[in-house]
Amino acid sequence: MNTKGSVFKYPDNVDTDVIIPARYLNTSNAAELAQHCMEDIDAGFVKKVQPGDIMVAGWNFGCGSSREHAPLVIKTCKTGCVIAKSFARIFYRNAINIGLPILECEAAAEEISAGDEVSVDFDTGVITDHTTGKTYQAQPFPPFIQSIIKKGGLLASLKEEN
Amino acid sequence: MGMTMTQKILAAHAGLDSVEAGQLINAKLDIVLGNDITTPVAVNEFKKAGFEKVFDKDRVAIVLDHFVPNKDIKAAEQSKQCREFACEHCVSHFYDVGKMGIEHALLPEQGVVTAGDCIIGADSHTCTYGAVGAFSTGVGSTDMAAGMATGMAWFKVPSAIRFNLTGKLPANCSGKDVILTIIGMIGVDGALYKSMEFTGEGVKTLTMDDRLCICNMAIEAGAKNGIFPVDETTVAYMEGRCERKPVVYEADADAVYERTIEINLSEIVPTVSCPHLPENTHPAKELGDIKIDQVVIGSCTNGRMEDMEVAYNVLKGNKVADGVRCIIIPATMQIYRDCVEKGYITAFIDAGAVVSTPTCGPCLGGYMGILAAGERCIATTNRNFVGRMGHVDSEVYLASPATAAASALTGYITEPKEA
Repeated sequence: MNTKGSVFKYPDNVDTDVIIPARYLNTSNAAELAQHCMEDIDAGFVKKVQPGDIMVAGWNFGCGSSREHAPLVIKTCKTGCVIAKSFARIFYRNAINIGLPILECEAAAEEISAGDEVSVDFDTGVITDHTTGKTYQAQPFPPFIQSIIKKGGLLASLKEEN
Repeated sequence: MGMTMTQKILAAHAGLDSVEAGQLINAKLDIVLGNDITTPVAVNEFKKAGFEKVFDKDRVAIVLDHFVPNKDIKAAEQSKQCREFACEHCVSHFYDVGKMGIEHALLPEQGVVTAGDCIIGADSHTCTYGAVGAFSTGVGSTDMAAGMATGMAWFKVPSAIRFNLTGKLPANCSGKDVILTIIGMIGVDGALYKSMEFTGEGVKTLTMDDRLCICNMAIEAGAKNGIFPVDETTVAYMEGRCERKPVVYEADADAVYERTIEINLSEIVPTVSCPHLPENTHPAKELGDIKIDQVVIGSCTNGRMEDMEVAYNVLKGNKVADGVRCIIIPATMQIYRDCVEKGYITAFIDAGAVVSTPTCGPCLGGYMGILAAGERCIATTNRNFVGRMGHVDSEVYLASPATAAASALTGYITEPKEA
């Protein structure tokens, strides 16, 4: 499994309120919510994003609220992956549970620039920046989490166990 | 190797003699919580996965609090979906308008959560219940769905930072000033994935409302949970309140902490978090030239009875400054009723404030006090992110009820007097 696309670059501490503002949380319809993805930090994101594009951010991506709507809108916009120096813990859990690919890689998050063409191989964790020619190795998930991802998310893996 | 208080609770719920930081475990849950925003997503997932019943109707709590009384038609539909699910599954801890309160004030008040519990909630401030000596953490809706179906959740056992509290708070400070000071020290990811364990001689000087407020904002330092030891204050609070028997866990004497941070409560000053991160803290007295348009006193962080009492003591017989909207929101119906009985509501109205029924409302920019471009609010809430309370160009300053109420009278950020 892999993804390839151009990069949207964001700073440290991107919070779930800017990913999907609470004023829109009066619905749980993913397509409706996704129209407002990143609205308060990057108002043009929804118009510009193409399937497979990649978000690259700094420390503590997804901090704040537990709203699962945050990884959900990023996934619904067909973003291929989020690469960050670190993720806030609830966002990290939610992304795995709903099947949004995320990778922690400090060097990649530091060096990759907005607009770069980047590809990610999820099996190996190798990130390639085709604009600069550099490659990076992301930290692999623990086997337990890999198995949740392979089974298609938390509920699918629970059903399989039962 | 010794275990922290959090690790002991997790080991017991995983059926293990001991656990260590980093270990992945499957733990039994005592309570699974959701609200009117996160429960609909969980219900959809629950049904999609084909689950037919909740693991225990007495161990699921659903609280309508974010957008109720319903703010619009869509919010009404979400509440309706929660109501129907609660009815279909005979959820005993379902709280609707008239019985509800802001979840993290309500569940401790009603004795639904107790010492020694292992709790997940689809709301990030679920970490509040560490104040009664429980392990309690925020999760997303899919984890809530899985928890409702199986009564279990997976956890990576956290390491811990110990906060050794000494001294006693000055009269114009409260738990909010303590937690804002700590977040200012360690940053918004200073405790990422970790427990914040509060210990030391100073613990006994803190009230339950102080402790609930401190644990509530552990998530604002990125923590998995915050937790206080169970002492006489906790036992007195739980007495006659908790529906299940409390189980007291203590950290081992040789428990391993990543580090220990000393906090002398006597040195805490009234503290304000400036936009747009909770870690951006400054002493209130240095911010005296910042003019405000709105004051919000309420939320799961500071809508409890002591917070109302502090606001009352500042506002009674005085007037909210011209040009300032002061919105006061008691966090539960019990607190609301107590405010009526004690005459607080009359004093608030006479001062020129408005009083709302319990709701999360303005804290997350839902309704009941949304800010326009360029407006500033000092609030006793928990987050001051960009656009949190309204327009992306509005600003939220986080503070204690004493500082917020003092600021309401002057129209500028104001350090509260030492009573």
